[in-house]
Amino acid sequence: MKDMNAQTPLVEIKGLEKRFDLDQGFLETLKFRNGRLTRETRAVHAVNNVTLDVNRGEALCVVGESGCGKSTVARLVAGLLTPTSGEIHYDGSRIDNRSRAEMQPLRKKIQMIFQNPYASLNPRMTIRQALEEPVKHHFPSFSAAEVRDKVTEVMMSVGVDPSWAKRYPHEFSGGQRQRIAIARALTVDPEFIIADEPISALDVSIQAQVLNLMLEAKESRGLTYLFITHDLSVVEHFGTRVAVLYLGAVCEVADTATLFSNPKHPYTRALLSAVPQLKDDRPNHIRLKGEIPTPINMPQGCPFQSRCAFANNRCRSEPPKAIHQPDGSLVACHAVEEHRLDEDAIGA
Amino acid sequence: MSLLSVRDLTVKFAMRDETVTALNGISFDVAKGERLGIVGESGAGKSITGFSLMNLISRPGYVDRGEILLDGEDVVKMNDKRLRQLRGDKMAMIFQDPMVTLNPVLTIGQQMIETLLAHRKLSREEARQIAIVKLREVYIPSPEDRLDQYPHELSGGMRQRIIIAIALLLDPELIIADEPTTALDVTIQADIMELLLELCQSNKVGLILITHDLGVVSQMTERTLVMYAGRIIEAGRTREIINDPQHPYTQGLINALPQQTLPGHKLRQIPGNMPSLTNIPPGCPFNPRCEYATDLCRSKLPEVIQYGEVQVACHEVERLHAEGARQEQNA
Repeated sequence: MKDMNAQTPLVEIKGLEKRFDLDQGFLETLKFRNGRLTRETRAVHAVNNVTLDVNRGEALCVVGESGCGKSTVARLVAGLLTPTSGEIHYDGSRIDNRSRAEMQPLRKKIQMIFQNPYASLNPRMTIRQALEEPVKHHFPSFSAAEVRDKVTEVMMSVGVDPSWAKRYPHEFSGGQRQRIAIARALTVDPEFIIADEPISALDVSIQAQVLNLMLEAKESRGLTYLFITHDLSVVEHFGTRVAVLYLGAVCEVADTATLFSNPKHPYTRALLSAVPQLKDDRPNHIRLKGEIPTPINMPQGCPFQSRCAFANNRCRSEPPKAIHQPDGSLVACHAVEEHRLDEDAIGA
Repeated sequence: MSLLSVRDLTVKFAMRDETVTALNGISFDVAKGERLGIVGESGAGKSITGFSLMNLISRPGYVDRGEILLDGEDVVKMNDKRLRQLRGDKMAMIFQDPMVTLNPVLTIGQQMIETLLAHRKLSREEARQIAIVKLREVYIPSPEDRLDQYPHELSGGMRQRIIIAIALLLDPELIIADEPTTALDVTIQADIMELLLELCQSNKVGLILITHDLGVVSQMTERTLVMYAGRIIEAGRTREIINDPQHPYTQGLINALPQQTLPGHKLRQIPGNMPSLTNIPPGCPFNPRCEYATDLCRSKLPEVIQYGEVQVACHEVERLHAEGARQEQNA
């Protein structure tokens, strides 16, 4: 961490917010309140004031449960969505307010891998067409032979036989399709890859193949990853740092080893305790009350207070700030700040 | 006598050009109150096993041979009337996706009361009271109000709990749960699994848990079947199978999990894919992916044999075991 601070992070996310309006038309916004016609709009608060850095060469994992805004963060960083407020900087320059044309040169550097390989490849394009398209677009000076060589080289590197290039996506299994999707991201020599749940649609034995491939690509090409997942065992294996998201807000950011050995935020602890362990007969599962509130009616104060066993009046009124801990992690929790948790579960 | 006894069950699907065998001669037993896990990857035949136990296989699928004895009665040969009596009453099924299992146009109460009235001579009010008791058992807050709500008003975790309550309505002896938590978040999954375990133990209900997640099987079940390409390839006590798997596929499945490798190191992957059912290789179905495969494996299907504490279908299990022991000594 210390020597990393010397250079600027590759991606800086500052105070990022994203709201999706639920009531879009004028008529939808009209509501009767106390016998009066008023206008009000409801919005989904998908991402709330997220500040995060992605350092060069690291694999930053963003974890959280469904609806916590992790995919929205990925799409915002990739420029597929525009933030409501906040800034995203890439390599020192701001990218969230760029026009489509201004974004173009960056699309080569930032690539995305999606969750579902059955939907992310065009069913009417052969694998060769799908893989050549980005190369032709981003390297207009390449000759046809150069494009072909590039594609063949990348296909070999992801373990897809180049002689299959004439086939269509439906002729491949899920694992092979995900390899092709990774190949498509790698053909333009990106430096930063955003992977949104790239292995959760795959079987266990295939997950290992794809994870290995992504680790290899990281080593050999010096890639930086933003890896979105809900699977904590994958995080422990793949991530160098982890950010835990809850209801669109960051609860805890820490080095992977630190997070797993010493989780601090009550939500992180509950999340870790919920992972089914292979060899442990009696897990100390921390039971959470209730379920994630909807991001339409955001609770006041800490987003986690409605399910937290340690919530007090301060938690219910004042949103916690992320505070640096002695071991380098960032934790947004009043109870941690006030040392109210120390005597409880830390030893467990 | 065991509660459920499956013998040589074979299920085929008649496709346009050919007939594929989805389940190939599987046999197993479930004792009263026992919890059995069925693991495997997609296409292994684990869901088909669950469906055939309830006799829910429909055209173009059919049971080709074998029997499924529930308390001595063969489910395969039962007429529809008898099946209707047994489904829900003696055995109940919980499906994967709680978003589509409940009827969206009926309230929770209507669905629960309907089930009770179809099986028991009760007044509507009595049925309602039973429904409330069952909802309370699965920790649904204010169950009286929930009865009048529609499924869309409830979250995924809540719906899956209601589905469990419906499965338990008639106090069945066996629950078949097909990936009951795959569609849910981990914290909710942990809650649901804990609940299911508690209910099975306190009511002495048998459970067949179908899942791809070895962690879940390890925490929930007493015995485990591992399936591959429509066959059972390893069976035994869950502890034995997790701690000392014998079949190379089971070993591969466990070793491929990220928690079995040091962070950042290469995962031990199984090469290749599960064969499609139309194209199962001759001999042992796992042989193209198996690093220990010999000529025998490529030509002859291995029988299920008793090896130590477990049953395993592998020609090379003794050699594997000797090699494993030697490696351990060297290490």
